[in-house]
Amino acid sequence: MKTATQNACKLCTPLGACLAFKGVEGCIPLLHGSQGCATYMRRYTISHYREPIDIASTSFTEDTAIFGGGRNLTTAINNLISQYNPQAIGIASTCLTETIGEDMNLLLSEFRKQHGENPLPTLFNVSTPSYRGTHADGYWAAIGAILSSLAKQEFPRNLGVITPGLVSPEDLRQLKKVFKVYDYPLLLMGDYSETLDGGVWESYKKISPGGVPVEQISQAGDASFCIDFTTLTQNGGTKYLGDNLNKQRFTIPMPIGVQLSDRFHRLMRKLTGKEIPEEFVVMRNRLLDAYTDAHKYTFGKKAVVYGEAELVLSMAVFLEEIGIVPVLCATGSDTKLLKAEIEQNLKHPEKVQVEVDLDFDDLTSLVHKGDADFLIGNSKGYKLSKALDIPLIRIGFPIHDRFGAARVKHIDYEGSLTLFDRVVNTLIEIKQNTSEIGYTYI
Amino acid sequence: MDYIAARQGQILVKGKDNFNISCEKKSEAGSVSQRACVFCGSRVVLYPVADALHLVHGPIGCAVYTWDIRGALSSGPELHRNSFSTDLREKQVIYGGEKKLYESLIELIDRHEPKAAFVYSTCIIGIIGDDVNAVCKKVSQEKGIPVLPVHSEGFKGTKKDGYKAACEALFSLIGHGNIDNVSPVSINILGEFNLAGEAWMIQEYYKRMGVEVVAVMTGDGRVERIARSHGAVLNVVQCSGSMTYLAELMKEKYGIPYIRVSYFGIEDMAEALYDVAEHFSDYPEIRQKTEELVADELSELLPQLTAFRNDLEGKKAAIYVGGAFKAFSLIKALKHLGMTVVIAGSQTGNKKDYEMLQDLCEPGTIIVDDSNPLELSKFVKETGADLFIGGVKERPIAMKMGLGFVDHNHERKIALAGFKGMYNFAVEVHASVMSPIWNLRKEVL
Repeated sequence: MKTATQNACKLCTPLGACLAFKGVEGCIPLLHGSQGCATYMRRYTISHYREPIDIASTSFTEDTAIFGGGRNLTTAINNLISQYNPQAIGIASTCLTETIGEDMNLLLSEFRKQHGENPLPTLFNVSTPSYRGTHADGYWAAIGAILSSLAKQEFPRNLGVITPGLVSPEDLRQLKKVFKVYDYPLLLMGDYSETLDGGVWESYKKISPGGVPVEQISQAGDASFCIDFTTLTQNGGTKYLGDNLNKQRFTIPMPIGVQLSDRFHRLMRKLTGKEIPEEFVVMRNRLLDAYTDAHKYTFGKKAVVYGEAELVLSMAVFLEEIGIVPVLCATGSDTKLLKAEIEQNLKHPEKVQVEVDLDFDDLTSLVHKGDADFLIGNSKGYKLSKALDIPLIRIGFPIHDRFGAARVKHIDYEGSLTLFDRVVNTLIEIKQNTSEIGYTYI
Repeated sequence: MDYIAARQGQILVKGKDNFNISCEKKSEAGSVSQRACVFCGSRVVLYPVADALHLVHGPIGCAVYTWDIRGALSSGPELHRNSFSTDLREKQVIYGGEKKLYESLIELIDRHEPKAAFVYSTCIIGIIGDDVNAVCKKVSQEKGIPVLPVHSEGFKGTKKDGYKAACEALFSLIGHGNIDNVSPVSINILGEFNLAGEAWMIQEYYKRMGVEVVAVMTGDGRVERIARSHGAVLNVVQCSGSMTYLAELMKEKYGIPYIRVSYFGIEDMAEALYDVAEHFSDYPEIRQKTEELVADELSELLPQLTAFRNDLEGKKAAIYVGGAFKAFSLIKALKHLGMTVVIAGSQTGNKKDYEMLQDLCEPGTIIVDDSNPLELSKFVKETGADLFIGGVKERPIAMKMGLGFVDHNHERKIALAGFKGMYNFAVEVHASVMSPIWNLRKEVL
């Protein structure tokens, strides 16, 4: 059993919270801690999304760490209000502020009291100590915090609340399209589809346009159902709506591939009371047709999958259904559930090795030449793919060494088809490159 | 836009405002500073030491955000391109992380056999009170290599304090190597990080002049070379913001004088060579070789620049970089391309730096300390800049505003130092400013 972590397969919790906050309209994330945390996370996410991502900091100093960060928090919020005029401020703690025992709820209620009658932006806060969990946990926790602080119950209405997990902006747009075609109102939590993948601006915007307005999120308490694309993260997401507001809540794996997208659409049929729209039936057929056309390219191939647990699980189901064995499914999260879920969702889990709380050093020692035909995961597996001389299909987060990370498609029949094309073309390319004949017609 | 009140003194317009710029302040809470923290300062300076173990002591974030992020090349070992962390969990936060630190060090040293180890303390270590010094001392004795604590708790100051902690760690390595064979015409290069092989290029210049480079700190860094750097006759400090402190320490203990130079742009690069030749004026052939070298390089470079200049004449540039010294060179380099600087700022400049910036700039130039995206975007709009020179965090500002961008930060993969670097710089500036996309963006549907 090794002690140190070498080349981690995870990021820290506040980063996930910042991404979740980017899904709220007019919201600026504020990290309660050292200046460096905010700057590092900005740099890291900017490299992936290639969009302005302002994350503020309460800029702790030595004095603040000794006497408490209340004053810095007040200054930061006031400065953000005067500079950004935000509709909301999403505040996440860091390891520093968690360790010194900052009571953020207390600090914020004092702040509100000081402000008296003056209107304030909506403030919500989440506890994200980076020594507990990963960026994925931070994301789910932040969505949970947003909902528990904003969701109100007025009158029941047709409204589906979805927490999709850390999918790409393109995936988020696909989800919105799905609900549009079902003609059913959607409250998409963590909707950074525009804020993290926007267009050109004529003049500089203080806060990137897009995201769900606070007033809409407050309707979450009236929702007819809620779905979280996770069967692995037990806290956060829409849990509050299910547990505290008695909403019917479903947790399903991210809909990637035919089987998991079917599960999602069947659930949609049940919950909306509408037949699955023709458009999706057609797309499903097209996906199956593609599977058929390419079945020989994919059959019996072996893949290593790594990244956030949710993505890994769904990717494993997808790969298996196209005849590829996901020989190793790995995540940096310390979750016992992944193995159980793989066993439950795959037809041949005995062919799959599941590793959790793993880093890239572990991954490198587990995968040898000949073990796999390709890797599928984020950019950080590049070194391993180079060492093994096998391709890396880039999905998830972070993608720092390819262009278009925000537009990588993963979910629903449509996203799965694009993903499937990429997988098949990668396999064809291997075939072409390893043949001496140099076929131009494969 | 109104600036944050507390920041008013940190922004001035040359020729309009007549006050001394306020700088070297802590970042204002909520201002979205482009600065990082103490840890970042230490990590960035020590990062290129390629045969050392760099262990980040704390929860996973700090280690993972700094994994292989820089363009600092090594001619040999590449241990520095890994990310090592004690990855502290709740248990250690409650009961202390010393045991995990000790075990991690032993395990990693046994496995990777580094020549030294740097242990970076992150925020949380300053709170839970691990005795990092004691653990380092113990492991050093057991393993027989230097194990150096780097006190870089993020909240205990600014990036500059991180530079200082890194200098202290380097200083404790110095003095242990054999200096018998060091030439009387020898230098160390301080604050050169071998981004895209820049240190190799610069070393080659000095070699052509007949000057031995004992150690580069820290580009393509090796523990053994750093250990004998006290044998050099002169310290040449390139990134003065980060390494002047080490030069001072070495001056005090070993009597080694230092000069400040910059390797960016034509004049500054040439001056960096001539200043070294001047120091060794007892060897007149060095001066002669330097003249030949500069003439040689310029005869190749200057004609190449003409074509770029024709296109770029009159364009306006904004500069926002980490250290002010780099801004000086950029202003001069841009003049060779026919461009003027309309915004000049830095994260960590001091009063003298900003005075110098004012001297170099045209009236109307905005001079700014520790700026943020809102200010920078406003300045860009006011001045109508065509190009922004900065780092990854400034890039989206430029892209959204629709102006060219050149990365002049630690992550770049293109050599911008030296005479060859000046050419690369011109190519970069030209490729961005002249892109057809800026005009296309103005077309209406």
